[in-house]
Amino acid sequence: MRKLLATGAIALAALATGAVAIAAGTTEQPPQKKWHFQGPFGTFDRAAAQRGYQVYQEVCAACHSLQLLAYRNLMELGLTENQVKDLIKDITVPDLNDDGQPIDRPARPSDRFKKPFPNQAAAAAANNGKAPPDLSVIVKARADGPNYLHGLLTGYVPYDKLTPEQIKEFAVTKDDNFNKYFPGHKIAMAAPLADDKVTYADGTKATTDQEASDVVEFLAWASEPHMEDRKRTGVRVILFLLALAGFMYAVKRMVWSDKH
Amino acid sequence: MASSHGTPPVFNNKVVAWIDHRLPIFSYIEKEYHTFPTPRNFNYFWNFGAIATVMLVLMIATGIVLATNYTPHVLMAFDSVERIDRDVPQGWLIRDLHMNGASFFFIAVYIHIFRGMYYGSYKAPRELLWILGVVIFLLMMATAFMGYVLPWGQMSFWGATVITNLFSAIPVVGESIVTWLWGGFAVDNPTLNRFFALHYLLPFVIVAVVALHVVALHIHGSNNPTGIDPKGPQDTVPFHPYYTMKDGFGVMVFLIIYAAFVFFAPDYMGHPDNYIPADPLVTPAHIVPEWYFLPFYAILRAIPDKLGGVLAMFGAIAVLFILPWLDTSRVRSATFRPIYKWFMMVLVVDVIVLGFCGANPPEGFWVPLSQLATLYYFFHFLILLPVLGKIERPLPLPPSIADAVLKKKAV
Repeated sequence: MRKLLATGAIALAALATGAVAIAAGTTEQPPQKKWHFQGPFGTFDRAAAQRGYQVYQEVCAACHSLQLLAYRNLMELGLTENQVKDLIKDITVPDLNDDGQPIDRPARPSDRFKKPFPNQAAAAAANNGKAPPDLSVIVKARADGPNYLHGLLTGYVPYDKLTPEQIKEFAVTKDDNFNKYFPGHKIAMAAPLADDKVTYADGTKATTDQEASDVVEFLAWASEPHMEDRKRTGVRVILFLLALAGFMYAVKRMVWSDKH
Repeated sequence: MASSHGTPPVFNNKVVAWIDHRLPIFSYIEKEYHTFPTPRNFNYFWNFGAIATVMLVLMIATGIVLATNYTPHVLMAFDSVERIDRDVPQGWLIRDLHMNGASFFFIAVYIHIFRGMYYGSYKAPRELLWILGVVIFLLMMATAFMGYVLPWGQMSFWGATVITNLFSAIPVVGESIVTWLWGGFAVDNPTLNRFFALHYLLPFVIVAVVALHVVALHIHGSNNPTGIDPKGPQDTVPFHPYYTMKDGFGVMVFLIIYAAFVFFAPDYMGHPDNYIPADPLVTPAHIVPEWYFLPFYAILRAIPDKLGGVLAMFGAIAVLFILPWLDTSRVRSATFRPIYKWFMMVLVVDVIVLGFCGANPPEGFWVPLSQLATLYYFFHFLILLPVLGKIERPLPLPPSIADAVLKKKAV
């Protein structure tokens, strides 16, 4: 019977794995990077995430919203309230005044991240008919999210570097953006990052790869700001349950001792 | 209730005695959960009834908290779930418990069903007990499906579209039924509203059917790994403390595995596409249901005809209702059925293969494989079981449970 139990457990694990077996098509798999937040004890690299915020704010925010986050959330990345206020001092957000008239006022920490476009239709109109996706949960919304996004941001191939076969197979023209890891390869977004696209205050060299890693660290945090709390709680819960299970087993053995 | 064993309990506490004289809840608990004679030879497979009950209670408790923070509107549902995750104190915990709880409820119930099949728990006189179990399973599937729609992500929306569209396969009235289910001409706000209402209602219906399931169980008592009936007190132990403690241990072990997923891989069993807000204009490349529906989804797609597929899918569950009459063997436990034992394992493999077929796009070798696996599934129930009972020569049964237990110890 033990054997059966083990078989059953393996079978169920296999079944669960099957559920996440997503056909990725023929697109190349992005390289597997080591992330600071990965694993059961992984935490967010605060410095990288703060640099990532800078990349988001100076590059991505021109087109992509981050509407589930408020500026106050940045304090969870180790910034003080004054630092947050300083970061947003030049940002104005739409609101209504006491007379009900639309105005722009300075952003407050309690405001949600300002959207680049007033609405979806405007976003689509400014981007060839398709609104750029919101990035709030983008890391969770893609299979192998962190590696995929890092691959996407660094996986652009210029037209003159493409092989004739690639140009033919995917019908690439000079105006198309070719990305190694994007399903179908032709992506509307032009390569957003380049070396020294931003200037980091902490002196980190802003290579394309560094910028991509940093913004993924930031977006991973944005997708799940409570991740560290979740893992910490999990360690405590599992230790507690292990102790209780051991205790229950001892009691069970004691109770059954006269029946064996 | 159960067979008339022992004398009625005497309660020393006057309040308890007063209440019990008028409403015998304490006598009931005493009789059904304390002195209740239970076969002494359960293995750990018999934990899963208790584990499933714990999961049901946990799902209802976390579900009520979620419902107090959730907004069933197509424009706000997705963000309200994220708000629970981000801004409600410990909201992420409640949500992760609930969404992984569904998976672990199904894991517990699938093992429970396997236990029932392997040890022939559905055979006389427990046919109704089994049928009530299948009713619970069906209600769980409906509840889980509607629950998955509520976050209003891409898989929510497109899963709802695919599954509700199945009813359009019904001749003549199909289209009208689909419009009626949707509350409109597409999956939209009325659909989300009613799914939320029903998702809240059905768990309480499940509780009621579970109560009937337990009442039916306590008429003839539990089956056991030998499949033979207890013949006297030497074959049984009182439910408490023997099985309350053993179930308690089993529940803890199960909760450890559950907690490992909740806290360290909360999205492992979900689909990344459900973190994309529902968009009726963009169809995902592959629409897949949650893992626990994949075998049935594979059966649905295995038949090249829409109505045929729908009938096969519902038929796959319908055969479970008549299982007690399909199995013609008089021996309950597979332990004493040398051929059935192996075919039972083949069925498990078959269902897992169907699961993989359901997870992959219906292309290439997955199509004939899912057809073959579907064929085998029905072959097992409709042909193998009736025939096997007639031709299989069972091993000699032990004279009693106590005998089986003591002999096993001696070996």
